[in-house]
Amino acid sequence: MTISPSVEKSLHPASGNALPRQQAKPWLLASWTLLVYGFLYLPIAVLVLMSFNDSTILSLPFKGITLNWYSMSLGDRAIRLALINSVKVAAMATLLATLFGLLAAFAIYRYRFFGKETFRIALNLPILLPGIVTGVAMLAYFSDLGLDLSLWTVILGHAVFGLPVALGPILTRLSQFPRSLEEAAYDLGANPGQVFTGVIFPYIRSAVIAGALLAFTLSFDEVVVTIFLTGRENTLPMEIWGRLRTNITPEIAAVATLVLLISTAIVLFSQWLTSREAT
Amino acid sequence: MGTSAGSHSNSLVYLESVSKIYPTTAGEFYAVQNVTLEVKPGEFFSLLGSSGSGKTTTLRLIGGFEIPEYGQVFIGGEDVTEHPPYRRDVHTVFQSYALFPHLTVAENIAYPLRIAGLSRSNIAPRVQEALRMFRIPELGDRRPSQLSGGQQQRVALARALISRPKVLLLDEPLSALDAKIREEVRQELRELQRQTNLTFIYVTHDQEEALALSDRIAVMHQGRVEQIGTPEDIYTRPESLFVAQFIGKANFLTGQVMQLDAEMAIVMVNGIAVKAVAPKQVPSPGDWVTLMIRPERLQVGQSVKADNQVTGKTASVTYIGQRIESNVDTSLGQLTVTQLGGSATMGQEDVTLTWTAHDCIVIPSPPSSPVSSV
Amino acid sequence: MSSLSSSLTKRRSRFPVGLYASLLPPLVWMTLLYFVPIALLVSYSVWRLEAFDIVQEFTLKNFQTIVFSSAYRTVIVRTIGTALGVTLIDVAIALPLGYFITRYGGRYRPLLTILVILPLWSSYLVRVFAWKIILGYNGVLNTALLSLGVLQQPSQIFLYNQFSTTLTFVHIWLPFMILPVITAFERLPKDLIEASADLNAPPWTTFRRVMLPLVTPGILAGSINVFSLTMGDFITPSLVGSPSGIMLGNVISSQFGVSYNWPLGAAFSLVVMLIVFSGLAIVVRQGALENL
Repeated sequence: MTISPSVEKSLHPASGNALPRQQAKPWLLASWTLLVYGFLYLPIAVLVLMSFNDSTILSLPFKGITLNWYSMSLGDRAIRLALINSVKVAAMATLLATLFGLLAAFAIYRYRFFGKETFRIALNLPILLPGIVTGVAMLAYFSDLGLDLSLWTVILGHAVFGLPVALGPILTRLSQFPRSLEEAAYDLGANPGQVFTGVIFPYIRSAVIAGALLAFTLSFDEVVVTIFLTGRENTLPMEIWGRLRTNITPEIAAVATLVLLISTAIVLFSQWLTSREAT
Repeated sequence: MGTSAGSHSNSLVYLESVSKIYPTTAGEFYAVQNVTLEVKPGEFFSLLGSSGSGKTTTLRLIGGFEIPEYGQVFIGGEDVTEHPPYRRDVHTVFQSYALFPHLTVAENIAYPLRIAGLSRSNIAPRVQEALRMFRIPELGDRRPSQLSGGQQQRVALARALISRPKVLLLDEPLSALDAKIREEVRQELRELQRQTNLTFIYVTHDQEEALALSDRIAVMHQGRVEQIGTPEDIYTRPESLFVAQFIGKANFLTGQVMQLDAEMAIVMVNGIAVKAVAPKQVPSPGDWVTLMIRPERLQVGQSVKADNQVTGKTASVTYIGQRIESNVDTSLGQLTVTQLGGSATMGQEDVTLTWTAHDCIVIPSPPSSPVSSV
Repeated sequence: MSSLSSSLTKRRSRFPVGLYASLLPPLVWMTLLYFVPIALLVSYSVWRLEAFDIVQEFTLKNFQTIVFSSAYRTVIVRTIGTALGVTLIDVAIALPLGYFITRYGGRYRPLLTILVILPLWSSYLVRVFAWKIILGYNGVLNTALLSLGVLQQPSQIFLYNQFSTTLTFVHIWLPFMILPVITAFERLPKDLIEASADLNAPPWTTFRRVMLPLVTPGILAGSINVFSLTMGDFITPSLVGSPSGIMLGNVISSQFGVSYNWPLGAAFSLVVMLIVFSGLAIVVRQGALENL
């Protein structure tokens, strides 16, 4: 015995009062995720809280809210100089790293040559091996060459580990580039230079920006290589490192919070730019 | 309500008023709306529809990849509505074949047997047998990435069938194949189903495929089942305008019902009375309806057996292989006729068209939606 | 005739200008600034220090010092153990997270991914120091446990030990594990998981037999990141670790700093490199190199 279609239509549950069946929710995984994000952000939350703490030491108990540490950090000459140095170093290192990274990515993508895979792995060594190896190796090298340590040696060090950082995203994007676009451009009479600037580069631009941004960030916050290569002038992490071991005050927390705010804004802005480009 | 399994003892798969709803930015979207269908053991059952018709979602509801917001799913008389896929005795051949890239062909085919906890000594001969049966005995050690599309399809079939499920679900299994192999594999599929006497539920957007393979077809449109029937039912007696338009070519005429009895209807089209078979869902006199006549059912020339007759002038003639398709302007509108080539009446300018009431199908249609001829 | 013979004998070949123009600058750059310094570091490791002068003669003295000193051996074992432990914990944290974000993240997936990276933009040093504020005697953890009544008085067991070092490392390097794991899960076709369930594999079996093998390249890529970063770090142990819990990074930095024994420091660097290379060899053997 089967129900006739006309009867069933009148029994349509969706049009009646029956509640829809709930889909299963992955509560366990969701709580795990929440826990992990809590773990990731706990130190940052503590840091931000401490930057407002009306106490002269960077520690609990919380003694009330003050903006003193922010005004002090903004007026702190050493911090300001270190910040400017950091921006200089990161900008120069990023420029060098992205330029050479772009060239290397193009060579790997476009050409066959002997030892290509070795070349690719070798370029990645500065991020595969711990930073301290890069740091002491370059220290020994510069000292043998009789080169005085300065911001320039720091820039060279950062540019070295920045290259593979920039190379990664560019190479990934290039490998997705449809070769037919390039051939079409040649077919339409473009020369190799025009093909690169007019066809290939626009396609990989967002990856170049992403790689450069990553290189900049890592340089801006770099400690281990910098410690060995820095001269008299301090980068911001070096300034913080010096203070962490001696006169640590919530001013450092204020500086770190400000840096986080600014870099978050930059990252979100660049995300917004690339998402606008994608649509 | 008769929702117990016992009332569908004859059916292997039974969907009762299932609805699948997706939230969208514009509100709720019914991917499947109030679908009821039953599939009998040993049947080759097709879900036919264009993309977005809900056919794949319906298949996924049977496979257990989606849980319906409303309604019940029964397999073998058991309510499996909320059972996950791994607790259902149905296996799927995915559109992409979904072969595990890290396993060899033999390991892929052995997968369900290993899951079932069979020992290696039991698995090996069965895998060998499956490889032989699907005529890929030399491919056991290959990786899926080293196979052609047709070979991947065989592996997917072998893997889905090796643990002998009650029902095999196939999601457009031929769509990734070249046109040439497709025809061949289609035949093999039909033979496989007959030999194994398994129940196949087959999703396709290709009406020719569905008509050629299926015992029964459910035509889906906008998340609903428009009609369920044998290929002949669907082709010759469409119950809705959508089905009539979706399947094959046809002439459509709009008219008003004049007279009606249990079998026959007389419909006025452009002031001409046309005799037609009364539909299942009976309209009342005065209702606007659509008449459907297949081009090959129109006879050219006088005929005593015909219930309907109209004269007209040939407007255009197209040769399609052995057939000739001509458009004839009549007082009913332009009608398309197909004839076999070489018939005596071809090429005449003035023609008489006749057809029986049996070949003229009444489809209820609202007057607000004017119908254009195909 | 001559044109025919020349077309037969002379093979057309073009000088690949583009190849040299794009390959040589980075190659020369990296050779002069990285490969030569690394080679120099290796040669330093077989030189020796005599009366604060570096003697450029081949010797294995530095390596003998390392091998025969039980204190140094302990440091090596501790460093490898810590790096392995941190790596394993990060894998365990990242796997369920990566699965959840890719499977259920929906349109929040990019946001959730950015939220993983964002902590990297706050100062690394200050984040390490923040753990000192959390775990210290007057720290957040003690304050919380006191107010909950779990503790009667603040405890000093949370800071300056292996636990605080490991915890801080796990936190600091976690994004470097999560990102490749998310990428690996994103590359995993959904229909493979469905196919496994369809063939009656329960979720755990599907995870073990299908998902885990297919995301392993991502896990290995993240692991080599975390392992290598931990192997060379000396900031975290010196800020939150115990004075007796120093790692290879601390030894190297002091040999290149206050102790001024560059050859010994270079030998230690070589040890670190060898350990990381053996980890790398495992990754390469698993064919996960593309994900690096």
